[in-house]
Amino acid sequence: MTMTTLMTPSTMATLPGLTAPAPTPLTETKTLTLGKAINEGLRQAMLDDPKVVLLGEDIGALGGVFRVTSDLLAQFGARRVIDTPLAESGIIGTAVGLAYRGYRPVCEIQFDGFIFPGFDQIVSQVAKFHYRTQGAVRMPITVRVPFGGGIGAAEHHSESPEAYFSHTSGLRVIAVSNAQDAYSLIRQAIASDDPVLYFEPKRRYHVKGEVVPELGAPMEQAVIVTPGTDVTLLTYGALVSTAKDAALAAFDEGVSIEVIDLRSLSPVDYAVVEASVRKTGRLVVTHEAARSGGLGGEIIATVTERCFSFLESAPVRVTGFDVPYPPAKLESHHLPDLDRILDGVDRVMGRR
Amino acid sequence: MIDFSPQPVQLLSLDGERMPHGDFDKWVEDLDGPALLALYRDMVVVRRIDTEATALQRQGELGLWPPLLGQEAAQIGSARALRSDDFIFPSYRENAVAYCRGVNLTDIVKVWRGNAQSGWDPYTVNMATPAIIIGAQTLHATGWALGAQRDEVDSVAFTYFGDGATSQGDVNEAMVFAASFQAPVVFFCQNNQWAISEPVGVQAHRNIADRAPGFGIPSLRVDGNDVIAVMAATRMALDRARTGDGPTFIEAVTYRMGPHTTADDPTRYRDPAELAEWKTRDPLLRLHRLLTYLGEITPEVEADTQARADAAAAELRVGCIGLPDPEPLSVFDHVYATPNATLERQRTDYADYLTSFGNGKE
Repeated sequence: MTMTTLMTPSTMATLPGLTAPAPTPLTETKTLTLGKAINEGLRQAMLDDPKVVLLGEDIGALGGVFRVTSDLLAQFGARRVIDTPLAESGIIGTAVGLAYRGYRPVCEIQFDGFIFPGFDQIVSQVAKFHYRTQGAVRMPITVRVPFGGGIGAAEHHSESPEAYFSHTSGLRVIAVSNAQDAYSLIRQAIASDDPVLYFEPKRRYHVKGEVVPELGAPMEQAVIVTPGTDVTLLTYGALVSTAKDAALAAFDEGVSIEVIDLRSLSPVDYAVVEASVRKTGRLVVTHEAARSGGLGGEIIATVTERCFSFLESAPVRVTGFDVPYPPAKLESHHLPDLDRILDGVDRVMGRR
Repeated sequence: MIDFSPQPVQLLSLDGERMPHGDFDKWVEDLDGPALLALYRDMVVVRRIDTEATALQRQGELGLWPPLLGQEAAQIGSARALRSDDFIFPSYRENAVAYCRGVNLTDIVKVWRGNAQSGWDPYTVNMATPAIIIGAQTLHATGWALGAQRDEVDSVAFTYFGDGATSQGDVNEAMVFAASFQAPVVFFCQNNQWAISEPVGVQAHRNIADRAPGFGIPSLRVDGNDVIAVMAATRMALDRARTGDGPTFIEAVTYRMGPHTTADDPTRYRDPAELAEWKTRDPLLRLHRLLTYLGEITPEVEADTQARADAAAAELRVGCIGLPDPEPLSVFDHVYATPNATLERQRTDYADYLTSFGNGKE
């Protein structure tokens, strides 16, 4: 028999924990950064349900590389805020086992490009368990993913992998754009009995907004953030802000843009999208992710199927190119920006 | 020179002689004649079920079947050591384990007939449904064990996998996580020598059990065709997990006497002499010899055991052939736990399409 000396029992017993004063949850409207809003949403979710546990790399004492889990270890202890070994498949796979036992795990994937070692567990297990077991086993797992570019980062730190997941049946996919949604939708995602990929626009983490401590509209609802009549401009995540700027700029030139923040990438709220396109007759979809096989193509195909006779012109995509995410000095040539979005608007308006 | 070939723990010789063992006898003191006979009956029944399922496949009633022939002791000896509140995370060959957990025989073959992606509700028997992605379930077991640890119960997660699976990242990550958190999980590797056509030497340059100590997990090799040794090793590992001593890795050295699945042809890659050699180590034969020596085997017992096995086979056959085909629109069921507008629209469209043919079913 090959017995080894056992390792010291886990950090669970030794980390600083429950003695720290518990920060009070958000009870009134406050101005918070988007990152802090997620933090408050996580805190409230953990207060609401003792089965909510967090798993991830560096999420404990450090509070995550983006500090989104700051102070949660001190408040809830290492039994519920679990610094894991550096293995994404391990994080997702153990979350599956915790879910099997009735827990609601929230996994932090440190950066978008790091999700792929966990891709198999997400696609083959998390997404399929409910179907596989004819509803017997639920996977109320939330996978938090900081996504998107624009921060001048190294390779694998700026990607937009959302289409892989919106293409996977059994998953719900959320992308938030502002502090209020960040707070409300993380709570909804955690409370959902379905697995949710929750994408966080990392270059907007520090942008502040008012946050009301409420759940708000259901997470699968798209929201019209700027009403308009000439063009429907559809986006999500960090580009919602850019799209709003585009609407302002276009207004000065006499074009009324209706900006829709999709929020839910799977399922897509086609009721809101279709109603807008029937009104405007023109559709531009913009996302940072590569064009081919992306969400823009899918949404435009669906809208074309359902609203063909309402369209005044061919819908337009303004997206990242079909290239691996480029080096930082080139990312401005890859990411859709205000001018490229306005160029797309010009094309759909027949001005180019 | 490191000794990398410790002999597996053996408590029952090939001749059916009970061999004393200083460390492991204490775990099987209760195994008297009737208890051993019960294990023997289990093994006879599951071998008969396995044979019947293979026949059902050959007759076109099952799409595929993964035989367990030769691995009866490894599965029965471990499964019968578990408590009902322990939770099993199997691969796809643990049909004897499912039998021990009380899974309906028809439910075992439902997935292989293509009627469903899994056959039973895991929570009714505390056994997950078969995992087909190799090794994925070991992480699920580790996560479940973390939950049990947090719930402060002494239930144990028990995961089955094969020698091939030990090459997967997930199995290695599961061991890292289990060691790091001292999770109450038992890793039970049935080293049946073959991963389809690849011999175990392709997966491991040393004994598989030798890997675990590198993760900080105690391990042992056990004769997987010795039901008594398997039970002793399993009980020891379960006890360690229950009392807070963390994970244990068991390598049950056994042999897949049949094909990987009914779609496989071992004659293309395996020396017949190897199979002949392993037949002398048949797990049923060995226990039969001991039981004969103990006076437990009588003509009546033999007949009764065979009758039970045949009854199980008949039940399996009738249940399998009688399985109703799933309703067409059930293809949309249970993708999500909560309503999903996109999928509901597809369901409605497809229902309308089917209805356009007249009866809504064709």
